[in-house]
Amino acid sequence: MNFAGALILLLSVGGVSVFFGWCMYRVLTTPDETEHLHSTYDHTPDEKT
Amino acid sequence: MEGKPRESWNTRIGVILAVAGSAVGLGNFLRFPGLAAQYGGGAFMVAYFISFLLIGLPICWAEWTMGRMGGRQGGHSAPAILGLITRKPALRFMGVIGVVIPVCIYMYYVVIEAWCLAYAVNYLGNLFGTTENLAFRSEGGEIVAEQASDFFVSLTGLAADGAALRFDWSHVGFYVLAVFIFNFVLIYRGISKGIEWFCRFAMPLLVAVALIVLVRVLTLGTPNPDEPSQNISNGLGFLWNPNKVMLEERVDPPDKLQWDPVEQLFGERDIAEAEQRVIAANQAALSAGEPDRLRIKPISMWEQLGDIGMWNAAAGQIFFTLSVGFGVIITYASYLRRDDDVVLSGMAASSANEFCEVGIGGLLSVPAGVAFFGSAFMLTQIDSTFSMGFNVLPLVFASMPGGMFFGFLFFFLLFLAAVTSSISMLQPGIAFLEDSMGISRRQSVAILGLITAMGTAFVAYFSGSLKALDTIDYWVANLLMVSLATIQIIIFAWVIGIDKMFTEAHQGASVRIPEVFRFIMKWVSPTFLLLIFGLWFFRDVLGLPYIDGQPQYSGYVRDLVGDEPNKIAWLSIALILAVGAFVALAVPSVKALRAKYSANIENEDLS
Repeated sequence: MNFAGALILLLSVGGVSVFFGWCMYRVLTTPDETEHLHSTYDHTPDEKT
Repeated sequence: MEGKPRESWNTRIGVILAVAGSAVGLGNFLRFPGLAAQYGGGAFMVAYFISFLLIGLPICWAEWTMGRMGGRQGGHSAPAILGLITRKPALRFMGVIGVVIPVCIYMYYVVIEAWCLAYAVNYLGNLFGTTENLAFRSEGGEIVAEQASDFFVSLTGLAADGAALRFDWSHVGFYVLAVFIFNFVLIYRGISKGIEWFCRFAMPLLVAVALIVLVRVLTLGTPNPDEPSQNISNGLGFLWNPNKVMLEERVDPPDKLQWDPVEQLFGERDIAEAEQRVIAANQAALSAGEPDRLRIKPISMWEQLGDIGMWNAAAGQIFFTLSVGFGVIITYASYLRRDDDVVLSGMAASSANEFCEVGIGGLLSVPAGVAFFGSAFMLTQIDSTFSMGFNVLPLVFASMPGGMFFGFLFFFLLFLAAVTSSISMLQPGIAFLEDSMGISRRQSVAILGLITAMGTAFVAYFSGSLKALDTIDYWVANLLMVSLATIQIIIFAWVIGIDKMFTEAHQGASVRIPEVFRFIMKWVSPTFLLLIFGLWFFRDVLGLPYIDGQPQYSGYVRDLVGDEPNKIAWLSIALILAVGAFVALAVPSVKALRAKYSANIENEDLS
């Protein structure tokens, strides 16, 4: 692998890793974002009461 | 129908993992690295990331937003959602494509999923000595290429129709049955207890397994000291170097001289050896009165960026890898609630897919293949996803210390990725049957099970040359998926209106879509998609070359209207049309949509 190849690899892999990390950080830390979809309808339609 | 409790996701991370699971599939680990290597890593990544920004993210946001909007009004399938959110009943029929695509793809995808399971099981059997499959072993250090290839042919029934439908460890029949039932058990359990439950542990497990295999590949070094240029560094260079030096061979089409790549050269030693070969070959050609046979050609990144085919391939890969235009995201998002964040969730699911594709897939299979077998061999393999995955990688594992264990891990990884994708393909069909017929999940699972069982049996039986599988894949991916994505972005930006949909997207959002995307989603994304569709139509259907060369129709078109039409190809098209006709005839009525709308808007106002 030459220098340009290593640079492209680092930019690409680093870029998607940072993007992924940032998204996960936001999802997991934003107040009222995690576990806030507490479903009151946690049933399949077959589960009629 | 309106009296039934509404299904929904349990957790935010659950829906993100489910959408990411739908997107992460075999393409991430096999198709992407093959394309990147074929079109010159650096240049391909430029086109790939531009496509991600211009069509990937925009269509993803559009689908999440339209899905949540339609779900709020009581629709969960593309026909109902498009009819409800546009208030234009005719657009229900555009949504038919959003049901046909996942249902038809499921019919063959589950067969490929069964191959992955079969490989994982056979590796595990060899590891513990319960089976002795020579396809995965190295005999005295020699690679048993024929055996690996024979195993794939026998497993898949590639040689003849019906050859794979045997129920033993080395044929696909048993595995197809097992994965088919497994998928339907999960889907029957419902959105939160089935799909979300499975993806919440399958996706982290998938990433963990992928990282273990990745560490093994990156520490391969130089597997064969007699071939010092075959090492993991050159393997990475083969895929990622933007500027390449290629050894090319002359081929003689009828009209003009053409050169095909034979080998990628790394370093001065490789180039010096290649120069000797070029001189010898060209001298022999000269004495025979022929033009040069070999040449060494440096290819720059800028030269590769001018290749229209490369741009089309990069855009296509982004499109398929994110599962946009697939009918799945719009259905999944319809189970969100009014204030659930679609902007961040869409980005998070896309980023997870990109991490698996670029961050892991781009470092695994192709570099490992080059490290063991060299660039000349890999150049003959990278344009075929199946060849890469099921022929080359078993050879890699056969040559690697601990290969049985890592072979099992890799195919188990592919199996997990395939299951998280295949269950997502069933939900749009289930939602459609519930929307249009007002039936329970149990009934809709039974009907969809019957339809997909017939389709899967068709694909599994007509396995000769994988003609049925290949034909359905080609027409659904190139014609239907691009059409649905184009329809969706036009509805988002033009029919409903970009301003209204941006306001809708930002409801409950913790991050904002950058303003520039207002312009991109209105003008650039539809244009880009129409261009992709036009290029495909121009080259494959009309048979015209991009720049120069002989007009040549795609083999898939020749199968239908060539001198000798292929019966299986026609039956495959008939299967797609039959599914389309069924969905079009069962599309929810305007009256039913009005009832859904009234009931759900009232419910929402009360909540």
